[in-house]
Amino acid sequence: MIRKVTCIDCPKGCVLSVGVEGRKVVKITGNECPKGEEYAVSEIEDPTRILTSTVLAEGFSLRMVPVRTDRPIPKGDIKRAMKEIKRIRISEPVRIGDIIIEDFLRLGVDLIATRESR
Amino acid sequence: MIERDLVIVGGGPAGMAAAIAAHENGVEDILLLERDHCLGGILNQCIHTGFGIEYFKEVLTGPEYAHRFIEKIRSAPQIEVSLRSFVVRLEEDKRLFFIKPGVLENVKARALIMATGCREKTREMIHIAGTRPSGIFSAGLAQKLINIEGLLPGRKAVIAGSGDIGLIMARRFMLEGAEVKAVIEIQKETRGLLRNVVQCVEDFDIPVYFNHRISKIYGKERVEKISAVRVDGDFNDIPGAEIEFECDTVLISVGLIPENELIEMAGVRMDKKTNSPVSKELNRTSIPGLFVCGNSFKVYDIVDSVSRDSVIAGRLAAEYLRALR
Ligand SMILES: Cc1cc2nc3c(=O)[nH]c(=O)nc-3n(C[C@H](O)[C@H](O)[C@H](O)COP(=O)(O)OP(=O)(O)OC[C@H]3O[C@@H](n4cnc5c(N)ncnc54)[C@H](O)[C@@H]3O)c2cc1C
Ligand code: SF4
Repeated sequence: MIRKVTCIDCPKGCVLSVGVEGRKVVKITGNECPKGEEYAVSEIEDPTRILTSTVLAEGFSLRMVPVRTDRPIPKGDIKRAMKEIKRIRISEPVRIGDIIIEDFLRLGVDLIATRESR
Repeated sequence: MIERDLVIVGGGPAGMAAAIAAHENGVEDILLLERDHCLGGILNQCIHTGFGIEYFKEVLTGPEYAHRFIEKIRSAPQIEVSLRSFVVRLEEDKRLFFIKPGVLENVKARALIMATGCREKTREMIHIAGTRPSGIFSAGLAQKLINIEGLLPGRKAVIAGSGDIGLIMARRFMLEGAEVKAVIEIQKETRGLLRNVVQCVEDFDIPVYFNHRISKIYGKERVEKISAVRVDGDFNDIPGAEIEFECDTVLISVGLIPENELIEMAGVRMDKKTNSPVSKELNRTSIPGLFVCGNSFKVYDIVDSVSRDSVIAGRLAAEYLRALR
C-alpha cells in the first residue's frame, strides 16, 4: 500500500509517498532531504510530536512559563501529558533550558522551560 | 535636543537583528525603542516549535529563537534598549516622540530603522453579517491570552481562515481541553504551511471546510452559533448550501497587514494596497536614511527570513551613517 505523508520537519512540507507493508515502511520517495525518511518511518510506525504548552508560575516576571518536551513523545501520550502539565506550578526563577520535570511521565524525555522568568 | 546615530523602533526579531547587524558594522550609538516590557515581539507568544530551522539549523520555539538575539543585545553596551517606550509620532526629519511611563520624550535620529511588525486583519475587513456579541477574537489575540496571560478565551470555537496562526490556535485550543468545531476557509486550499495542517488540524481530527465562508454570527451577549455557506470559484455564495455550528468563540485568522502608520505620518511614499512602503530595494524607503525591515516592510511567512533580511537593514543604516561623515 502507498500512503501519502506530509513531512513536518521543516517548512518545505514535502509530500512523501510511502510504501507500507503491514506496519512497516518499505519504500519512500518525494523527500528533499534525508530527514524525510526518518520522519516517514516514525510517522507510520510510531508517530511522535514535540509537545509545547505553558505552566503556571507564581511570583516572578512571567505568569505563564512556556515549556516543551526536549524530544518528541508518542502522539498517544499527548492528552495525558497535558493533564500533567496543568497540575505543575513553578515557584522560582527559571532560565531557558531548565528542566521542569525530569523523565516526564516516564517517557524518557524532559520537560524544559523555553523562556526565562526572573 | 538629543540626537542619536541610529534609532530602531520595535524590539521584535527584525529590530533585534538590525541592531546587532548595525553594531557589527561599526555603529556605536544605537537606541532601540520597544513599547512592551520585554524584547522578542510576537515571538514571545509563539510557544510552538518551527522557528530557526534555516537560520540556526535547529528546531526552536519562538521564545527560544528570540532569546538568542536578546543575549547578543545584552552583551553589546553600544545598543541601549529602552522598554515601555511607545513611539507615537514620527516627523520627516526623523525626529521621534515616544511615551515612557509618565513622560513624553523626543529624540532625533541620524539614521532610523522601523521594525514595528504587523497586525492582524479583523472581522471588519472580511465583512461577516450578524450581531456583535463577545467571543470574537483575532487568532493572535487568543494566542496572547492563552500563552501569556493564561486565560482560555472560550470552550467551543470555530476558526475563520486557515492561516498558520489560526491552525496553530486550533491545536492550542484542543490541547487546553476546548473544542474546535471547524476551520472555515474561503479558498480551495489552505493558506498556511502544510506542516501546520498536519500537526494542528489532522492530528486532532478537526474538519476543514474549504470553499466556505462564515456567513453570519448569532448571539446576544456571547457568540451562540455561526452559519457558513459554500462559495463558488468567484467567492459567490451558493444558495441552499448553509451549515451551522454551535460555538461560543470565533477566531479570525485571515492574514496580516504591516503596521506603518508612523512612516506614513512622516511622509514616506506608501503602497495603499499592501500598507507597506513603496520601494525598489529591500528595506529602503522614499526618505533617505529611513529604513523599514521585518513584517512592517512586507509580511513574511517565517521568522528566519525576517532575521536574514533585517541584517541588511542594519548594514544599510551603517553605510548611510558612514557616508554622512
Ligand atoms: C501570531 C503569529 C504567529 C506566527 N507563527 C510563526 C511560526 O510558527 N513560524 C514562523 O517562522 N513565523 C511565525 N510568525 C511570523 C514571525 O513571528 C514574524 O514574521 C516575526 O515575528 C516578525 O518580526 P518583526 O520583528 O517584524 O515583528 P514583531 O515580532 O511583531 O515585532 C514588532 C515589535 O515592534 C514593537 N512596536 C510596534 N509598534 C511600536 C511603536 N509604535 N513603538 C514601540 N514599539 C513598537 C512591538 O511591540 C513588537 O515588539 C508568526 C506571526 C504571528 C503574528
Ligand atoms: S523531507 Fe527534508 S526538506 Fe522535505 S519537509 Fe522533510 S525535512 Fe524538509
